[in-house]
Amino acid sequence: MTTIEAPRSPSRPARRGVNLEKWGWIYMRVSGVLLVVLIFGHLFVNLLVGEGVKAIDFGFVAGKWASPFWQWYDFFLLWFALIHGANGMRTLVNDYTNPGKVQTTLKVALGAAVVVLLTLGTLVIFTFDACPAGSPAELLPSFCPAA
Amino acid sequence: MSTATTDAPEATETAVPSFTVTFIIRRFDPDADAEPRWQDFDVEMFPTDRVLDALHKIKWEQDGSLTFRRSCAHGICGSDAMRINGRNRLACKTLIKDLDISKPIYVEAIKGLPLEKDLVVDMEPFFASFREVQPFLQASTAPEPGKERIQDVVARERFDDTTKCILCAACTTSCPVFWTDGQYFGPAAIVNAHRFIFDSRDDAAQVRLDILNDKEGVWRCRTTFNCSDACPRGIEVTKAISEVKQAIMRGKP
Repeated sequence: MTTIEAPRSPSRPARRGVNLEKWGWIYMRVSGVLLVVLIFGHLFVNLLVGEGVKAIDFGFVAGKWASPFWQWYDFFLLWFALIHGANGMRTLVNDYTNPGKVQTTLKVALGAAVVVLLTLGTLVIFTFDACPAGSPAELLPSFCPAA
Repeated sequence: MSTATTDAPEATETAVPSFTVTFIIRRFDPDADAEPRWQDFDVEMFPTDRVLDALHKIKWEQDGSLTFRRSCAHGICGSDAMRINGRNRLACKTLIKDLDISKPIYVEAIKGLPLEKDLVVDMEPFFASFREVQPFLQASTAPEPGKERIQDVVARERFDDTTKCILCAACTTSCPVFWTDGQYFGPAAIVNAHRFIFDSRDDAAQVRLDILNDKEGVWRCRTTFNCSDACPRGIEVTKAISEVKQAIMRGKP
């Protein structure tokens, strides 16, 4: 005898806990809006203000990172953009591979790349020193007091 | 009166020019073929004919083994969704005059569902996700004895668009996410959930929103608009999916 399931019993058990797909989706929307502001602000300040694109050199970057405002600006730009891009790459991996070893490997590699880049990037932004003490004078830029 | 109407079509038929159209159809016979193969047919057609008429002509006059589904042949039953020149369409609603007949017309089965034979696919995974969203009215209150449940025009208008669905699977099988991940509910299931989630007489919206708030639920939608383009009923599928997303974020319809 075949038994017929009750019509309202769900065939997939209800999931518990955080729904990462949902938060990923919300993150893409929120960070997308913030990135429009951050990226156009970045382009405007670097390429249009003052001397424009010709002003960009080592000293220009050093000057920007001397101010905590630009440090935090670049910090948010780095984190929002990199995670936004990585999440987009994750959906591409989902699209082009089937669940299995290849997909897991690609996702782990993607995650590792994100962690390494975020760590290095954040470290550089906050510990950057244009004139490190004790360096040979010929390696230092011209505006350093030791040079 | 009857004589007048029988005379008229003959006069117009001689006036309408006919032309030869080449159809390239993706054939698959599970008993003989290991892989699907393309086969071409030349058919004499009128501009007023539909792709379904061409398939009929091929089946009736050239190759009786051609297999496809069709039932009402008037765009209501949803049996004959297929990929015509790379786009999901109903064969019975696609007119020859709307296609570029200077080139061959490619016809193949809809993608993403298991191919059974020629243009016939196994629709069961599609109907399984349709059933999962509980597409039936669930009311927790009893209506007044002897009376219907009253719904005003505005409340009916809220979900009017999604009542038009004929479950032809054109939208779901045009979705790139569904092609690679058969676990995704697909546009059609979400459209049918939308039809009940926003129905003022229904009380199980929360259950359906929880079902669609799954890892394989509405969040997989990438707003590619393939589904809205494919829908033969003109349902704004992507809009309906977005409304369900917003309802999940709000926590209520």
